[in-house]
Amino acid sequence: MAKNILETQDLKAYFGNKQILKGINLAFLSNTVTAIIGPSGCGKSTFIRSINRINDLIPNFRIEGNIIFNDQDIHDKNVDEVDLRRKVGMVFQRPNPFPKSIYDNIAYGFNIYGIKDKYTIDAAVENSLKKVALWEEVKNNLSQNALTLSGGQQQRLCFARALAIEPEVLLLDEPCSAIDPISTAKIEELIHQLKKNYTIIIVTHNMQQAARVSDYTAFFLLGELIEFGKTDGIFTAPKDKRTEAYITGRFG
Amino acid sequence: MNRKALNNFWDKLFKLLGITSISFGLLVLLALIIDVIIDGYPRITLNFFKSFPSRKPEMAGILSAWVGTIWIMVITALISIPIGIGAGIYLEEYAPKNKFTNFIEINIANLAGVPSVIYGLLGLGFFVRYMNLDRSVLAGGLTLALLVLPVIILSTREALRAIPSSIREASYALGATKWQTIRNQLLPAAIGNILTGIILAMSRAMGETAPLITVGALTYIAFLPQNPVIIKDSFPFMGISFQGLFDPFTVLPIQIYNWVSRPQKGFITDAAAGIMVLLILTLIMNSIAIFLRYQNQKRVRW
Repeated sequence: MAKNILETQDLKAYFGNKQILKGINLAFLSNTVTAIIGPSGCGKSTFIRSINRINDLIPNFRIEGNIIFNDQDIHDKNVDEVDLRRKVGMVFQRPNPFPKSIYDNIAYGFNIYGIKDKYTIDAAVENSLKKVALWEEVKNNLSQNALTLSGGQQQRLCFARALAIEPEVLLLDEPCSAIDPISTAKIEELIHQLKKNYTIIIVTHNMQQAARVSDYTAFFLLGELIEFGKTDGIFTAPKDKRTEAYITGRFG
Repeated sequence: MNRKALNNFWDKLFKLLGITSISFGLLVLLALIIDVIIDGYPRITLNFFKSFPSRKPEMAGILSAWVGTIWIMVITALISIPIGIGAGIYLEEYAPKNKFTNFIEINIANLAGVPSVIYGLLGLGFFVRYMNLDRSVLAGGLTLALLVLPVIILSTREALRAIPSSIREASYALGATKWQTIRNQLLPAAIGNILTGIILAMSRAMGETAPLITVGALTYIAFLPQNPVIIKDSFPFMGISFQGLFDPFTVLPIQIYNWVSRPQKGFITDAAAGIMVLLILTLIMNSIAIFLRYQNQKRVRW
């Protein structure tokens, strides 16, 4: 039986005095893909960046309410945010490989964790690159600088890097917005496969993409959750007029 | 004249003005260098490097000056580089952004612009008098370290700030701690620019005269600071001595300054030769800086 791996309770987020999220209640079932859609500035990115506490690095950022991950509040003082981020991986909007070799990009997650065993790391590099269908393209050039790859390849490398340390949840912040359609197709295919082992939350501006890859969809508007439900339902029979207006392209 | 011809005219005029200004600058520099080479070239011999200063111009050399310059530069580097990089990392990555750190930032930028003689006075008051270091190599090195410290802090911060925040986020998102991120991602990416800043600061410090005169560097000195490596007859045949830190010293620019102020014509030749040595050293250091910057640009681009 699927359970809620992640849940937000009345989540409010602020940058300084500006309130970005106005009380979000959302629950995520394990091994599902949830898409978060909404116009720019509606708080989608702030929302998923709160889940792995990467927003906590920004001065003036403040949060109220609870985020429950595996039955524990992530802001509990017993929770180490470094540990949390290993379990809640993230792929960003723009490909951001380290200016190091392809191999070192993936090995980094192991190095910082004190894992030095070469066989473990070699296997993880190969496995994760195979998962993202990059292995065949780069297997002979693992020592090549990652910045020499194309944008789409770089983004798949960032996926591989996040997958290599085997998180439970994968947060995707518009992962396809800076890459070409062919790479996008590969990444969508990848998301389908990853669903078996991971819980995925994807922020996207692309409605077709949301419809294609997700099981559940949440529609955000001006920091509020307007509608949440099965993707089929949201796209065929939205309950709220604003959702309907947005997905049919009348605003946003 | 129609509009196009007029525009063309102004374009050409400005181009001409630009060429004139740059040639003026280059020609003056070239004239100076050629003049120095003509004056000083005959004195550039091995003996010039091996001799102490002397009352007779043809006997005088820069041995104590270049050895002193190396002593001072090494001490300056050893003190200012770790402190400067450390302070830069703290201010950029750890310090909270509030009014107090803002105040510190503004003051560091101001310190980078304070005339060097003021640092000399500080060195005289604090290191020479208060700490009783006397007119020693250590006092001189500490004074110059203070002088270059703000520049190193600033260049460390600039180098760190030039790294896109996406690299930091990528590292944190994989579960890295702050120090791991700094150690593994930020420092390797920034080190080229940091080194460039350090070398430029050092080459400036090498030419500094005023603060060292203020601290009390001697102008006539016929011995060297105690060699830090002592050869012994018995096992382990070598020892390390820090006595040299407390010996008096002179440096190249002071020696040059001293020779220039002498009436005898021969000393002008000595001074020119000394200037050549100093210029070449500065040129070498600046070339290393340019080379590092170039290498860094090739290696890291986002």
